[in-house]
Amino acid sequence: MYQYDKYDQQMVDTRVAEFRDQVERRLAGELTEDQFKPLRLMNGLYLQLHAYMLRVAIPYGTLNSKQMRMLGHIARKYDRDYGHFTTRQNIQYNWIKLEDAPDILADLASVEMHAIQTSGNCIRNISSDQYAGAAADEIADPRPWAEILRQWSSFHPEFSYLPRKFKIAVIASDEDRAAMRLHDIGIQLVHKNGELGAKFYVGGGMGRTPMIAPEIRDFVPADELISYAEACLRVYNRYGRRDNKYKARIKILVHELGKEEYTRQVEEEFAHMKTLGLNPPVEELARITEYFADPAFDSNASDELDLSDPDFKLWVDQNTVAHKQPGYAIATISLKPKGGIPGDASSAQIDLMADLAEQYSFDELRVTHSQNIVLPHVKKSDLYALWQKLDQADLAPANLDLITDSIACPGLDYCSLANARSIPLAQKISERFADLGRQRELGELKLKISGCINACGHHHAGHIGILGVDRKGTENYQLLLGGSAAEDTSLAKITGPGFDEDGVIDAIETVTDLYLKERQEDERFIDTYRRVGMAAFKEAIYG
Amino acid sequence: MVEAIRFRDDDVHEEPAVSLDAFLDQSNATAVRIEAGEDARLLLPLLDRLALIEVDFPVFGDGRGYSAAQILREAGYKGELRASGDVLVDQIAYMRRCGFDAFAPDAPIDARVMDKALELYEEVYQSTTDSRAPIWKRRHG
Repeated sequence: MYQYDKYDQQMVDTRVAEFRDQVERRLAGELTEDQFKPLRLMNGLYLQLHAYMLRVAIPYGTLNSKQMRMLGHIARKYDRDYGHFTTRQNIQYNWIKLEDAPDILADLASVEMHAIQTSGNCIRNISSDQYAGAAADEIADPRPWAEILRQWSSFHPEFSYLPRKFKIAVIASDEDRAAMRLHDIGIQLVHKNGELGAKFYVGGGMGRTPMIAPEIRDFVPADELISYAEACLRVYNRYGRRDNKYKARIKILVHELGKEEYTRQVEEEFAHMKTLGLNPPVEELARITEYFADPAFDSNASDELDLSDPDFKLWVDQNTVAHKQPGYAIATISLKPKGGIPGDASSAQIDLMADLAEQYSFDELRVTHSQNIVLPHVKKSDLYALWQKLDQADLAPANLDLITDSIACPGLDYCSLANARSIPLAQKISERFADLGRQRELGELKLKISGCINACGHHHAGHIGILGVDRKGTENYQLLLGGSAAEDTSLAKITGPGFDEDGVIDAIETVTDLYLKERQEDERFIDTYRRVGMAAFKEAIYG
Repeated sequence: MVEAIRFRDDDVHEEPAVSLDAFLDQSNATAVRIEAGEDARLLLPLLDRLALIEVDFPVFGDGRGYSAAQILREAGYKGELRASGDVLVDQIAYMRRCGFDAFAPDAPIDARVMDKALELYEEVYQSTTDSRAPIWKRRHG
């Protein structure tokens, strides 16, 4: 994976010094909270309901065991002994003291990490496919492109006061595991005439007004990537709405202008930007790509696997996927135990995952947008030993992509924007559907829970989505059906009137019962829903 | 604390800036002020006539002026480019990178803090109109 050179290191070290100075000015009263707020927000420090929350960037979700251990150390030393992995492949800590923040950033910088631009109206951490570099179906590793974009977007002077936050995802296979088209810019690497380049989708997003990004260019060559991205951003920075923060994302601009007009403006800007020398030479992409070379795979590794232990077999069936290298597998560690908080991990669990990555996965881990951890390169002959160690630490739920592998936002337990709690609902659902046989019978089922219309829990993209609202002072949950964040991207629709907490869980059971009754052959829930339509599900729920 | 900041050696341009509409309507003005949301590109055919362009920031979070500045400098404008309005000390370094060389902040700025902020980052990742060599250029010569 990528390693900082002296320039990258100097940039993050400087940021630590800068932020230390800003915190000192704030603590000394030289800066008001209003003046300090935009500065801390550029550094991922939010003021939540009870304390400061610090969001640490995990660029494209990739990290090594040393970095993972540092995340455990921060949880232990500065927080309440746990961290929360997020839907943007980052980690956040919920109980941070302002005066500790500079020391935390210094600790992070010591392992080539930072919290730069993890909040604020700027270009956020670049996300990617959690199976990058390991997936059997990718045409190239998307991470060198994501790293080029990370460096370009870091401290970008023209695009740090955008109308609203800006999220970019890069993938390189037809299967979309990164919700690419629900980003402000989604990039898919593609080949054209033998050359690798980027297909651009612009204007996707969730939030109050969910939109699926349309394709605006089928191919941008590697040596024009930055000028094309700058053109997309400049049109947005100049013309994105600033009168209403809920209409300020680029999706609204693209929608209001129309895809054709937005594209025309971008092309005009691009023609100009191409002349400005903004693009790193192809040697820079080559330099970065070298860091992502395959690890030293054992070419004699066997594909044979002893599946005589039934619990192990369940885990292998559910939580491992094909690796591009024979004899290896990609293993997902589920952070969704029965009754647990989706995405939370204790410092001991974080340390253990770091150790296991070092021992079994060439020192590499990934964070997924579904709030799980991946060990990308595990020899099949090591899977059993790995599983046993995970199982002992409550890290082996065999529920990847099943109903209890839910996404949930922090909700009213932490968040000052939330209208309803998300975490307790996720916990209750995971208890109601705890039986693994039942979960497997239901098959792939993406359940996503948001505690308010800002949609951090991706409810629009859930096969089943839940939206918490405030109804006359009580928490009320609306049920949505039919969303998808994968390559068949679709937006879920609300079934009808909302429910209380138990009521919405009952409604989920009604819906899944109907699916079991109606499904044909090996249809997934989403397939049956699409074939049968909303009306039948509504009828079952509301009579 | 300072109220006017200038990174230019030439004399201060004395003529008051007129609005963009007024400038486009009359041909003899040499200083113009553009508001956030006004199209800086309308000035491009007339740049040789201008000695001062003032770009207003109604609130510091309104970043349209950064693009306006870049567009003017990319087109070869060499005159004074002044950021006015809600210009805060922690934004000046980015404004310098986008080509601003003068500042008329609503509230006075602590020059000591500003000088420190401007010297802080030795390197930059992007190529902008300030002509500093980005890190990728240092890596590849």
